[in-house]
Amino acid sequence: MNDIFSGKSVRLSAVDPDDFSRMFTRWSQDSEYMRLLNGNAIRLNSIAANKKWMEKELEGPSSGLYFFSIRSLADDQLIGEIVLDVSNWTSRDAFVGLSLGERENWGRGYGTDVMNVLLRFAFTEVNLRRVTLVVFEYNPRAIRSYEKAGFRHEGRYRKFLNREGRRWDMLLMGIQREEWMEQNMESHQ
Amino acid sequence: MRNLFRGELVRLTAEEPGSRAKVEVHWQRDTEFHRLADSDPAGMESEKKLKEWFEKRNEEGFKPERYSFSVRTLDEDKLIGFFGLWLDLIHNEAWVGIGIGEREFWGKGYGTDMMKLCLQYAFTELNVYRVSLGLHAYNPRALRSYEKAGFRLEGCTRGDVAREGRRHDSLWMGILREEWIQMQNGDSK
Amino acid sequence: MEKTMFDMATQLFEGQDVRFGPIDHEKDPEIESKWTHDAEFMRLYDVAPARPMSAALLKKQYEKLEKQIEEEKNLYYFTIRAKADDRLIGKALIQWIEWTNGNAWIQLGIGSAEDRRKGYGSQALRMLIRFAFAELNLFRVSARVPEYNTAAIALFKKLGFVEEVRRRQALDRDGRRWDLIVFGLLNSDWQNQVRA
Repeated sequence: MNDIFSGKSVRLSAVDPDDFSRMFTRWSQDSEYMRLLNGNAIRLNSIAANKKWMEKELEGPSSGLYFFSIRSLADDQLIGEIVLDVSNWTSRDAFVGLSLGERENWGRGYGTDVMNVLLRFAFTEVNLRRVTLVVFEYNPRAIRSYEKAGFRHEGRYRKFLNREGRRWDMLLMGIQREEWMEQNMESHQ
Repeated sequence: MRNLFRGELVRLTAEEPGSRAKVEVHWQRDTEFHRLADSDPAGMESEKKLKEWFEKRNEEGFKPERYSFSVRTLDEDKLIGFFGLWLDLIHNEAWVGIGIGEREFWGKGYGTDMMKLCLQYAFTELNVYRVSLGLHAYNPRALRSYEKAGFRLEGCTRGDVAREGRRHDSLWMGILREEWIQMQNGDSK
Repeated sequence: MEKTMFDMATQLFEGQDVRFGPIDHEKDPEIESKWTHDAEFMRLYDVAPARPMSAALLKKQYEKLEKQIEEEKNLYYFTIRAKADDRLIGKALIQWIEWTNGNAWIQLGIGSAEDRRKGYGSQALRMLIRFAFAELNLFRVSARVPEYNTAAIALFKKLGFVEEVRRRQALDRDGRRWDLIVFGLLNSDWQNQVRA
């Protein structure tokens, strides 16, 4: 069977609330990072507050929420997070969200790599039918990365966000199990 | 689209904790019923305790892993039984627990009608891949009924249950969605 | 190793190279956390979806486990440790015990690939079975194994388990469906084996 937690340059790892809250607090100092990630008004939280939030997320109803740290294979550094959240079990659809915390890791293919790993987990371990994501129109780098991972454009929430004095669309993208299987599994049912 | 909650002899309901507890007390007095339906030791609980248990279930809210129904006759709206579906969300399998507490309704087609509604719900609303159940080897009436409904015998765990000074096997059955669909197509009612 | 069947002196928790131990709340979480990052182990060990867990989370799980053991009394949990250096190498469980019916489910795993294929699993499984039958007095034990776990299937058959149920296509993994096999071993079968 395939090693489903490792990609080419990154791997999925468990979230340790201590480590993660420290790193995330640091990353949140970069308002561009926060504005790419978050549709709600961004705020600055202490390590303690972030840790509490993290622990609550991890403790919550476990069926359907899969939270991972992203670590670089080169030096095992914690470089980001990726979350799979099942929205509907009978339709087997889940939302995915990811972020890479340090700017120097942007534009290096890590996002596409980790998304491929996550999709393998989503389709061959959780056995979903489709994965959905939303992304802001002012994040072309991410949009391109998701297209490379196989996501297709399915719609837009027009003028969804209000930031910097203007309105922005939020794009909806999705990938189906059959599409991903065809691209990624040598033989499948 | 078909009517999921109405069969030919019965309809599905959600009962208030009070009314459900009332019949449960009555059914618990029939140890033959209990011994056909369950493998834990027969017992009798107070109506108060049972009501609290059903209320607690309501408080817990809807869980994607569990779907419970009570069953009433169309004729006289009598509460005669129940069925529950426990889902393995990952592998998309449902386990059925089904019973008719009112013994005058045994052997008259009510069970068949209930199982029909149960499988319809499981395969066309919950979209499961397979439905499984277990039964006692000393329950041949159930075995025949389930076979008629399309379940196939998949095995037997030897000496699983001890009752009346003897050992009894448990039988295990399963039906796959494609098998159920074929039955529906071949059988034009 | 097993001189006689009903020998009070035979150690239930000591094997040749491995022993059963309680949970070490300080050392074990880190080690088990590594196992959970190994998808191969996770997929051999259980049907639940493989997912990495932090040492912090495992610590909490151990506490929940000990609470369940105390309150529900339907579970026995052992860590498997290498006798040479007391290192945690696996875990073994007897769970979902139905006392009135005398039946239970067993589960066992050796966490790291380097520790497998050395006979540790076989030793631990024998000890687990002996405990189930000679101390818990169960009538039978069951084990569920995915059809792709050929090593486990071979081991269970070697120890006298019978394939009792084949749950067709009950498992969805790695893009295809697999059967889930239920193996059963009766106390009487095992006694006959050991005496023979």
